Amino acid sequence: MKNFMNNLFGKKNRGRTFSFLMVIAVYIFVEVLTHSFRVSRLFTSLLVPTCCYIVLGLSLNLVVGFSGELSLGHAGFMAVGAFSAVVVSGLTSSIIANDIIRLIISIIAGSIISGLFGLIISVPVLKLSGDYLAIVTLAFGQIIKSIINNIYLGYDANGMQFSFVTNTLNLENGKMLLSGPMGATDTAKISNFTSGSILILITLFILYSLINSKYGRAIMAARDNRIAAESIGINVSKTKTLAFVTSAVLAGASGALYALNYSTLQPAKFDFNTSILVLVYVVFGGLGNINGTIIATTILYILPELLRSLQDYRMLIYAIVLIVVMQMTNSSKLKQFVESIRNKFFKKGEKA
Amino acid sequence: MNPVLEVKNLGIDFGGLTAVNNLNLVVNENEIVGLIGPNGAGKTTVFNMLTKVYQPSRGEIYLDGKSTEKMDTVQVNMAGIARTFQNIRLFGNLSVIDNVKVAMNNHHKYSVADAIFHTGKRNNNEKQITKKAEDLLEIFNLLDKKDIEASSLPYGAQRRLEIARALATDPKVLLLDEPAAGMNPQETDELMQTIRFVRDKFNICVLLIEHDMSLVMNICERIYVLNYGTLLAKGSPDDIKNDPKVIKAYLGD
Amino acid sequence: MTFLTYLISGLALGSVYAIIALGYTMVYGIAKMLNFAHGDIIMAGGYVAFFAFTKFGLPPVLSIILSIIFCTILGVVIERLAYKPLRQASSLSVLITAIGVSYFLQNSAQIMFGSDTKIFPALLTEGSLKLFNGQLTISYLTIITIVTCIIIMIGLTMFINKTKIGKAMRACAEDKGAAQLMGINVDTTISITFAIGSGLAAIAAVLLCSTYPSLSPTLGSMPGIKAFTAAVFGGIGSIPGALLGGLLLGVIENLTKAYISTQLSDAIVFAVLIIVLLIKPTGLLGKKENVKV
Repeated sequence: MKNFMNNLFGKKNRGRTFSFLMVIAVYIFVEVLTHSFRVSRLFTSLLVPTCCYIVLGLSLNLVVGFSGELSLGHAGFMAVGAFSAVVVSGLTSSIIANDIIRLIISIIAGSIISGLFGLIISVPVLKLSGDYLAIVTLAFGQIIKSIINNIYLGYDANGMQFSFVTNTLNLENGKMLLSGPMGATDTAKISNFTSGSILILITLFILYSLINSKYGRAIMAARDNRIAAESIGINVSKTKTLAFVTSAVLAGASGALYALNYSTLQPAKFDFNTSILVLVYVVFGGLGNINGTIIATTILYILPELLRSLQDYRMLIYAIVLIVVMQMTNSSKLKQFVESIRNKFFKKGEKA
Repeated sequence: MNPVLEVKNLGIDFGGLTAVNNLNLVVNENEIVGLIGPNGAGKTTVFNMLTKVYQPSRGEIYLDGKSTEKMDTVQVNMAGIARTFQNIRLFGNLSVIDNVKVAMNNHHKYSVADAIFHTGKRNNNEKQITKKAEDLLEIFNLLDKKDIEASSLPYGAQRRLEIARALATDPKVLLLDEPAAGMNPQETDELMQTIRFVRDKFNICVLLIEHDMSLVMNICERIYVLNYGTLLAKGSPDDIKNDPKVIKAYLGD
Repeated sequence: MTFLTYLISGLALGSVYAIIALGYTMVYGIAKMLNFAHGDIIMAGGYVAFFAFTKFGLPPVLSIILSIIFCTILGVVIERLAYKPLRQASSLSVLITAIGVSYFLQNSAQIMFGSDTKIFPALLTEGSLKLFNGQLTISYLTIITIVTCIIIMIGLTMFINKTKIGKAMRACAEDKGAAQLMGINVDTTISITFAIGSGLAAIAAVLLCSTYPSLSPTLGSMPGIKAFTAAVFGGIGSIPGALLGGLLLGVIENLTKAYISTQLSDAIVFAVLIIVLLIKPTGLLGKKENVKV
């Protein structure tokens, strides 16, 4: 019993327990809220995407925070997962009637295919580092987006049809799954907040299990000191590949969940800006800080949406928030200032 | 006595400049051997060649009679050579115990799936890893600091942790690069005892670079002196102490 | 002959990329930061030139000079306010700040000028040169672009190698601490680097907007990413590398558009970049950094 409690609330595992409890608590709170009160449509429309971005943020944190490599193309993995899932869900819609099973199969398919792309991108990961690796991930994201932009895929009674760059599909009474720059149209919306919350929990479980294993230690050791890691027999390339592929799998799952929440989805959604946006979440939450990523993603994703009434000014405010927070967290003068204020208040408190 | 580490005619050039040349060196079973020489003599370069951080230009390295020619840094470590670094290279953001645990990865095999699903295989291995790591930390007097970040350890403790980490890879040869640098006399004394202790306990041999002559003369059974990348002298501590060539190299004319 | 036409227009596009890439590479070389807001300085330069010419009726040369001055000041102000306090911070904090600055500039432009596309006037020149009995047509703009790039390259190389400030810049790029000990004012040197890079961005803006005459708040994003790619392609930190990377990128982009596919040109350009980095991990002219063990 003591061992069990220690496993949950011991100094080392407190953060992990907090992660799970936080997600479950927020889930219950939101469910109660949406079922007992009339909540705005804006609020409900934000639920699934928030889950997706949390999963994507966690997956990126594995690469940037734990593995120490900058990725500027994570939206690419998300896109691969998203459109793979759209295709799988579309093709199986007549075979599998149950939405939940279809959703699970689509998410798994999206993750696996995205993982394969992760494996491909690890080839340069093995050879490059630092800013050069960052630019390769950026290039990868751009390539993925522009390839999906040119895929035309549909099916009819005669089977599947595919064309590249120009639409030469000739469907008889069939259905388009991917239509080039238009992306996915008329997708069945089968993901919901419950599946999103479960995906977050699964992601957390995978991340924590990995980090608290020999593999997680190797990933972090390779980040802290590559030469020392090799000197104790850690194959740094393999280790970084593991981090990248796992991250790609999770990002793919997040994309799959995202895509199946909208009836239409364009490839342009997964551009450089999306990759950067998620990087911002991860840095704000703190590198290697899982709870930080969850909280920062939730706040930073919802903030601009709440500011919608400010229209044009909302992104300007967002930009200022980014700059100011970075200045504040890195300014020694400001830290001293905050410290002195805190001291003053504490002293006042003591007197009273 | 069987030679564990054997180096024959080892040499390396950096862009036309010969850093080490014609080095012959043997470390026998259970021996503690010193590698000394003035600054810039090429001592650390020898370590870097032994661990394949640098690929030697010439010569051969044998570990237990097997050539390491085709091996890289990772494979050399798996074959049985572990080292510490002159400029400490710990995994600064990892806890003290994790620094040691991570060095046991090659001896405790379980798959990623085992890790994710917390299988019995994973749990057993992790238990063994933790036990071994704690034993090692105990030897180096670091057990009470096992959960703090490695980078926040004091300097001397960081050096000890590096040795513990190297030992965790279960080596045949331990290469120590200035293990006593920055330590006070008392710490150095304790370090000497610890080095002897682990040599006997784990039945390994040690090759160490050191500037602290009291340590070298005290602990080493044989000593090699390197100067300008070539071997100047070799022999017992007494031979070396009285060798005029060595005295000249250290003190100048 | 058509091949030659595509090649030459590719060189012109590449020249613009090269000029922008110079800004990236110089800032990276000295401040060791990826200035993601660089592309948006181009956008600012475009708008200034546009308004100076159309609204205030200034002559083209004055409009361009005004744009250069504005961007130079803008670059220095951004550096002083946003980046300088972060000199000791992690590179990711600086990166996020640069992203913030980029959003700030884009959205300020959108609020001030609207998000609609404006038609950039023919500021420089119209008409073209006809060679080989009219088989080969090169617009004067193309010639001006390429010549401008060559002049900038020569000027900049001389500035870096011959002048005192240039030497200070090279010293800072090598080792900021040592440069400071030698009496070099590192802060001033970094400011000058930003000033030059931003001034060049204004020139690039005029050339770019004259070639593709549409002006919008997100104008700088894609050329920014491409130029950044060009800088890495050539070896980031290297000035000849920026030129080589920019020209190659422009030519590859134009030729793939002409002969393979317009839609896939971006994918192909980035694929070439990945392949080049696989063969030469530090870019075409980049230096390999050795870690001392």
